[in-house]
Amino acid sequence: MTIPTSSVEQVIPGQGAMAQPDPTPAKAKRQRFRFVSNAKALTGIIVLGIYILFAIIGPWVAPYDPDARSRDLTQGPSSSHWLGTTHLGQDVLSQILDGTRTVMVVGLAAGAMATILSVLIGVTAGYLGGSWDDSLSALSNVFLVIPALPLVIIITAAAPSGGATLVALIIGFTSWAWNARVLRAQTLSLRRRDYIEASRATGEKTWRIVLFEILPNLTAIIASGFVGTVIFAVTSEITLAFIGIGSDTGWNWGTILFWAQSQQALAQGAWWWFVPAGLAIAFLGTALSLINFGIDEFVSPRLRSAGKTKVKTASGRTVRMRVGFTPVLSNSSAPHTHAKPIPTIATAAATPVNRSKEATE
Amino acid sequence: MSAQPVLEIKNLNVEYGLGDQAVRAVRDVNLTLHRGEVLGLAGESGSGKSTLAYGLTRLLAPPGVITGGEVIYHPGQGESYDVLGLSDKGLRDFRWAQTAIVFQGAMNSLNPVHKISTQLTDVLAAHEPKMSAHSRNARAREMLKLVGIAADRMDAYPHQLSGGMRQRVMIGMALILQPQVVIMDEPTTALDVVMQRQILGQLIELRERLGFSVIFITHDLSLLVEFSNRIAIMYGGRIVEEAQAGALYRDSLHPYSAGLLGSFPALRGPRRELTGIPGSPPDLKGMPSGCSFHPRCPKAFDPCAGNIPVLGNPDTPDGATRSVACWLHPVKEPVA
Repeated sequence: MTIPTSSVEQVIPGQGAMAQPDPTPAKAKRQRFRFVSNAKALTGIIVLGIYILFAIIGPWVAPYDPDARSRDLTQGPSSSHWLGTTHLGQDVLSQILDGTRTVMVVGLAAGAMATILSVLIGVTAGYLGGSWDDSLSALSNVFLVIPALPLVIIITAAAPSGGATLVALIIGFTSWAWNARVLRAQTLSLRRRDYIEASRATGEKTWRIVLFEILPNLTAIIASGFVGTVIFAVTSEITLAFIGIGSDTGWNWGTILFWAQSQQALAQGAWWWFVPAGLAIAFLGTALSLINFGIDEFVSPRLRSAGKTKVKTASGRTVRMRVGFTPVLSNSSAPHTHAKPIPTIATAAATPVNRSKEATE
Repeated sequence: MSAQPVLEIKNLNVEYGLGDQAVRAVRDVNLTLHRGEVLGLAGESGSGKSTLAYGLTRLLAPPGVITGGEVIYHPGQGESYDVLGLSDKGLRDFRWAQTAIVFQGAMNSLNPVHKISTQLTDVLAAHEPKMSAHSRNARAREMLKLVGIAADRMDAYPHQLSGGMRQRVMIGMALILQPQVVIMDEPTTALDVVMQRQILGQLIELRERLGFSVIFITHDLSLLVEFSNRIAIMYGGRIVEEAQAGALYRDSLHPYSAGLLGSFPALRGPRRELTGIPGSPPDLKGMPSGCSFHPRCPKAFDPCAGNIPVLGNPDTPDGATRSVACWLHPVKEPVA
């Protein structure tokens, strides 16, 4: 087989006709911020950011001391009390702002703790197998049946000075088991895949396989587990406060709801007392779920779309790109080529002529 | 061969991505499929064969978009229409009933937890809801027999069938609504040559009996020469040559077709040295100027680098029946 050297030289990338323009820095930038460019993730991050901001500055920007009583008893929203007052004349907005910190700290700390535990136990059990798997699975099964809420009630009742940290610890320590089981199952499936077998055959260290081959494929599950646990921890803490157990030292949204319930705010028509706290919980959950969707799309190339997902079709409608119905941007049958043949050929070579027809199109 | 067209592709353009990030995978393709013929579509990997087939049926996954062109479908009776202008519902009705596809690696497309019978009758239940369960079953049985599988295999699960049988089930499934056009995307690539021949022979037989047309996509040109009526060669998203199978085999006009034909041995005749095509397929993001094949072309000359040759009928005795896009062959009449 003979290859003319001239033609080989011509197809060396980066030379001659095959030369490529250098990738622009703008493109690299776009890659880095792709996660944020996802609308769902962006919304979630912004909302969560606002919550974290108020968790930090809430007690300082609160217009009143949340415990301070005033003469405005059970007043509706007004310019002096934006979210109204309680039966003791306390400012609801200040209570919510003050309570944000406890809620966020407990939620995030418990979520992080449960996630770390579930990854450690689940992935180890799944990857190592054998007696490791048996004992770790037995452990997660035991923790799976421990009811977290009654346990928290008992322990906080025994140690009332423990406060939010203790609540976070207990919730984190009791809620990892379900995620560990999910991670174990997925790891079991992953470790049989060809690329894992291949890296084992090429002599990669176990820790390296687990960290670099398996964990990246578990990102979506880990992230959704984290988000789920955070939501669970927040609701648990609020539930505890709502039924009147837990830290009696500070405010959180549950405490507000507890007082609203015990003073029969609903019967009094004092909606401003419990609606803001409820909405705060709902929006936090929504933000976390949106981030979860964003993470899913970000780590799974199948769900990821390249940039814009909405396009304008020939019929003038804007449609979302989806599988099975390729959008038609224009169905004119005019030639589309951006490199039209040039009418006359300057070279003297024996070239065909008679191309004026399509050239003028 | 009757000259009645069943599918006319006019200046079809398909891109992946939008705006300046877009990659043009199919460029101004014009192609006509006639009633009852087997049209072979050949080319290297990445030349746009599959993109063309999925583009004309609007099956491209995001970010694929069709940026221009028409795909005119002429049903046996009734008016012709543009597939690209169909509504979602129209498209659903059009698919399978008028145009069926056998996908690449189709034998793995069967659902492992359902019986063959369920999967065959599923289509009928969706497209012909008035049909009774009994007649659906009868049709599925008949279809299996047609592709050479005993009807008692109806209750088999996919894992109980061999690769060739699964492939035949898929072909039977594609034909069950008696479509006018069947698009086959490398349907036999995973099979051994004996099985390939058996299935293709069966396909040709079925085509004669049922009268559908086939667009057959493969990179195995020798396969096409054997059993297709016409062959279109694609390179860099464009059709560079189109001719009757025999004519293309005996004297191909485009140097790229010649290169493809030169890269497999003839069964008979004197021994000759096999020549490949130097270099590798072009990057669709940075196509060479002029004819996209010119950097690899052994016969490239001055105009090749500057101007894109247009597909048209060449100046040869059989020029009216074939077309080529190459500066070596003067074009008398450009294709639409």
